[in-house]
Amino acid sequence: MPEKKKRIKIFFMRKISYKQAINEALIQEMERDPSVFVYGIGVPDVKRIFGTTENLVEKFGEERCFDTPISEDAMTGFGLGASLNGLRPVHIHERVDFMLLAMNQLANIISSWRYGSAGKMKVPLTIRAVIGRGWGQGFQHSKSMYSVFAHIPGLKVVLPTTAKDAKGLLVSAIRDDNPVIVMEHRWLYYQEEEVPENLFEIPIGLPNILREGKDLTIVAVSWMNVEALKAAEVLKKRGIEAEIIDPRTIAPFNDEMIIRSVEKTGRCIVADNDWIDCGFGSEVAARVSEKCFGKLKFPVKRIGFSHIHCPTARHLENEFYPNAEKIIRTAEEMLGLSPADLSEEEFYSYENKFKGPF
Amino acid sequence: MTILDLYKKVYLIRKAEERICQLYPEDKMKTPMHMSMGGEAISAGVCQALNKEDQVLGSCRSHALYLSKTGETDEFFAEMFGKATGGSKGKAGSMHLNSPENGLMSTLAIVSGGISVAVGAAFANKRIKNNKITAIFFGDGAIEEGCFWESINIACLMELPILFICEDNGFAKNTPISKRHGYESISEIASKFRCNVFEEEGVDAEVVYNTTKKALDIMKENRMPCFLHFNYYRYLEHVGVNQYFDEYRPKEEFEEWRKKDPVELLRKRVSEEDAVRIEKEDEQIEKSISLAESAPFAGKEEAHKDIFYEKDKL
Repeated sequence: MPEKKKRIKIFFMRKISYKQAINEALIQEMERDPSVFVYGIGVPDVKRIFGTTENLVEKFGEERCFDTPISEDAMTGFGLGASLNGLRPVHIHERVDFMLLAMNQLANIISSWRYGSAGKMKVPLTIRAVIGRGWGQGFQHSKSMYSVFAHIPGLKVVLPTTAKDAKGLLVSAIRDDNPVIVMEHRWLYYQEEEVPENLFEIPIGLPNILREGKDLTIVAVSWMNVEALKAAEVLKKRGIEAEIIDPRTIAPFNDEMIIRSVEKTGRCIVADNDWIDCGFGSEVAARVSEKCFGKLKFPVKRIGFSHIHCPTARHLENEFYPNAEKIIRTAEEMLGLSPADLSEEEFYSYENKFKGPF
Repeated sequence: MTILDLYKKVYLIRKAEERICQLYPEDKMKTPMHMSMGGEAISAGVCQALNKEDQVLGSCRSHALYLSKTGETDEFFAEMFGKATGGSKGKAGSMHLNSPENGLMSTLAIVSGGISVAVGAAFANKRIKNNKITAIFFGDGAIEEGCFWESINIACLMELPILFICEDNGFAKNTPISKRHGYESISEIASKFRCNVFEEEGVDAEVVYNTTKKALDIMKENRMPCFLHFNYYRYLEHVGVNQYFDEYRPKEEFEEWRKKDPVELLRKRVSEEDAVRIEKEDEQIEKSISLAESAPFAGKEEAHKDIFYEKDKL
């Protein structure tokens, strides 16, 4: 008998965009596991959910990649039913605002299904929802809402920031035997980074340190990591080293890395990509206050959407969203620094897209 | 044999619920009871026509569905008493009964909520080509929620192997259809979809059984979902074990329907010998009740389990 050749796993890295990473995760998981199927409003149409569902219908046919009636509620229950019978559905909402029509299914039914059966049934369902911000999207096309979903026991909520995370977290979500909501910020779709060509998982519940620093911890969610990175770059000019932590998973929420960081820095800003009141940032602030109380040099500060609805006109819209400048000003306040001149700084905007890398 | 099987089912349901009526005031069963009494024939007839492997889902009024599909009473009563030996260890109670090993995927307390879940289950069955049928049971009230219309549209569009079973008792809670529907006939509207529609009175389990068999045959032929509409009379209040006729419906109405009682109807069609044999089911029920009463409650730690499936914690 000839000796079997040992297979050496080679990790081919190459630069691809966040949306290509999502697309690749879907294609590779569908190739690997015939029980995976992808559906939702507009999934196989000409726009292909901002390009993330490119080539799926051509490769796997309409049986495994299909469009649906505009019935967000029933199509969500549909995913649950299919998952109970052994399939692995990936349901896509082009905007999270539309997913709110399925709140009954999510909050009342899907989240409690396994619990109600005392563990007899599994719900391997993935829901992808696109969040936030084009320009002029207005108040019914630009929400985040993730803290609402994270509030409900039985739902996992992940928000990948980097292209590598987008692939690895989506793969983990599809393979997870629980309902997982994957929320993708539109502005992150363009950024590029080195992503392994092979399949890999990024564990759900594992945060990521995007930048190390000793003076200040910034906990940032989704797009706000880009703003935090820019803020850190500006703060560095004055010798301030910010540590940026991307929780990546907000439910179930693992706060250990954040607590360790704040124990070191004594200062914490939560840069949320959602409304502040009763939001995820409030959860982080509460936990940091509870667990690092004696080590805090300044109260935890929360940054997020203004408590208004997202207005359509651009100059008004700027009032709604938090940004790097807001993070810088907050950091300066916490560190007792005078406001720096930012007139020469170039910040990200709809026109000035962030291309990465992180 | 069918008539005996059917009688066995309706008798078991009626007896089990009569015992619930007697025991409920003791306040040991701390779960809101939506009684099936009066509607036994629908679940019994449909489930008899289905195969054991076929799947069903129902509403919070599903004692009849559970007992028809599973035939078991040990886990049923234990769940009513909230005991560790219940099907869901007391987490589910009367409104969320489930028994996936017997094809009862779940019963839900959101009236139209399970309809779309059933449609997805039917989609998977069609995809896997396992020949399983899914039947979703819901009341006339569920039709007023959007999920019903979304779901029937999807099922007809995708030609799924599903039976929509409308158990119409004319009331949503205590509100009559006349105060709820801006149209005359549910079946007529359903017939505008690409599905097979059947309408019968739902008091005679044999009629329900035959109608369901016919529906299944036609579905095999034209691959269209079926909508089965059965009228019946809810003997008891919306939730609880009392009647309260004068409050919102005349007692004479009940007396009329009582003349075609689902259990009495079948009793007349089986031999005395068979009836006596079947009525010995009482023993099964009494045994289940005493087992349930003496069983322990689940430990407090049970409340914290089963939020997520975890690989290492099987």
